[in-house]
Amino acid sequence: MSTPNPSLPPVPPEPADKDIARQQMWRMTRRGFVRGAVAASGGGLGWWWLQSRSTDNGIPWPLRAIHRLNERLWGGAYSQGRLAPEFPPAMAAEPKPNGVYGWPDDTDPATWTLTVSQPEAVGRVFRLAHLVGHPRVEMTTELKCIEGWSQVVTWGGVRLADFLTAQGLGQRPGGDWYPYLSLSTPDSKYYVGIDIASALHPQTLLCDRMNGEPLPGKHGAPLRLVITVKYGIKNIKWLSTIRFQDERPADYWAERGYDWYSGL
Amino acid sequence: MNHLEHKHDRAVRYFHWVNAPLLAVMIWSGLLIYWAYDPYEIAIRGIVLVKFFPDWFYHHLDLKFGLATGMAYHFAFMWFFAVNGLLYIGYTAWSGHWRDLRPTRRTPIEAFHVVLHDLRLRKEPLPPGKFNAAQRLAYAGVVMMGAGSVISGLAIYKPTQLAWLTTLLGGYQAARLEHFALTVGYVLFFIVHIAQVIRAGWNNFRSMVTGYELIPVAQEATPHVHPKPEPAASAS
Repeated sequence: MSTPNPSLPPVPPEPADKDIARQQMWRMTRRGFVRGAVAASGGGLGWWWLQSRSTDNGIPWPLRAIHRLNERLWGGAYSQGRLAPEFPPAMAAEPKPNGVYGWPDDTDPATWTLTVSQPEAVGRVFRLAHLVGHPRVEMTTELKCIEGWSQVVTWGGVRLADFLTAQGLGQRPGGDWYPYLSLSTPDSKYYVGIDIASALHPQTLLCDRMNGEPLPGKHGAPLRLVITVKYGIKNIKWLSTIRFQDERPADYWAERGYDWYSGL
Repeated sequence: MNHLEHKHDRAVRYFHWVNAPLLAVMIWSGLLIYWAYDPYEIAIRGIVLVKFFPDWFYHHLDLKFGLATGMAYHFAFMWFFAVNGLLYIGYTAWSGHWRDLRPTRRTPIEAFHVVLHDLRLRKEPLPPGKFNAAQRLAYAGVVMMGAGSVISGLAIYKPTQLAWLTTLLGGYQAARLEHFALTVGYVLFFIVHIAQVIRAGWNNFRSMVTGYELIPVAQEATPHVHPKPEPAASAS
């Protein structure tokens, strides 16, 4: 005989004339199934509750709340020093050009402007020529689409952190950074929100070159964002405006059910 | 005349029954995610044997256009799945029940005998014990698979912040394939598991509900279950 669970009725060491064990088993079985039915009903009720909640940007609000909770957890554990692996440039190829929202007619690099603004300051307009002089970065990393596919690509450009620091953008007079960036295409048809920690990651680039050539139009020419701590959806193409702000910015795909943070 | 014999601890029964619906939710939401990029197939010399998955599969299970929903459920229920699994592993380690599942050097050959026995190709009765060798392999394996799902899941979930883990698993796409293959493994496990539970009968199934098996007294001479070890002493 083994030791019974303490909370269960004691098992008689010697069965009496009547089959007490069988009776006891029947009681335990009944209790087990009643408990199981109650637990299953509770689970079913919880499932129904979750699915019948009002939606917050496309998904039931409790799931949106858990996205936020995950964001807080992983945002807290986030480290600027942890880099996406780099690959030999020979592995690089053209990624699938997903997403054409916001692709403007006029993508002339000579006239392209990038407007950067922040609260209580006049927006500043840059031309691509203003990127010259900042340290150039070339990196071969894996672009990860939220759909699940990925592609190794060689990106060329300027670190967003270098550009912002050199231009004195994104910080309050006291020196602390605004927590969020809102980025968009010229017509604002596509827009993403990014947290400042991810924006300042050393592999976050203002990118104008891909696989050793000028960025092709369908990949966001003349200027896009490349950000290895986010899915492809945040690597906005045809980047035209950057706005620093205190509130969490709107995000095209977050409004369609996806995680706002989408951090990798 | 019968007596009751303890078989499954209350904690183990709880973890088992809680895990069943959690795994179902994880597989369902995982399929919603997988649909958005579904390149896997088993092919020999260009001939596709199994395609993951044909269109009718997505269509009839309503798995299309649910990537955002799938991710939302997956990244919520992953916590419950992982915590339940960790509690289970912690409990088996603390209580010493991991010994019931630990395969030994003889386990593979004995498991083969069990398979032959179950297929009625071998007459010899199985040696007594709480779990036979095939069960040990299957149960220990499925626990390892659970750990593998959490680890490969993390590698896909945070491939930049946990890049070392992703690289360790062979890269982002390799980790995704591993994560998927483990899920196929659960489904295969589930099929065999259900078939064996049906085969083993009501008394066995009931023991996963009540914790006890009804044993005819005449069999008392051959103890069916090893004495439960004292938790504290066996934790080492």
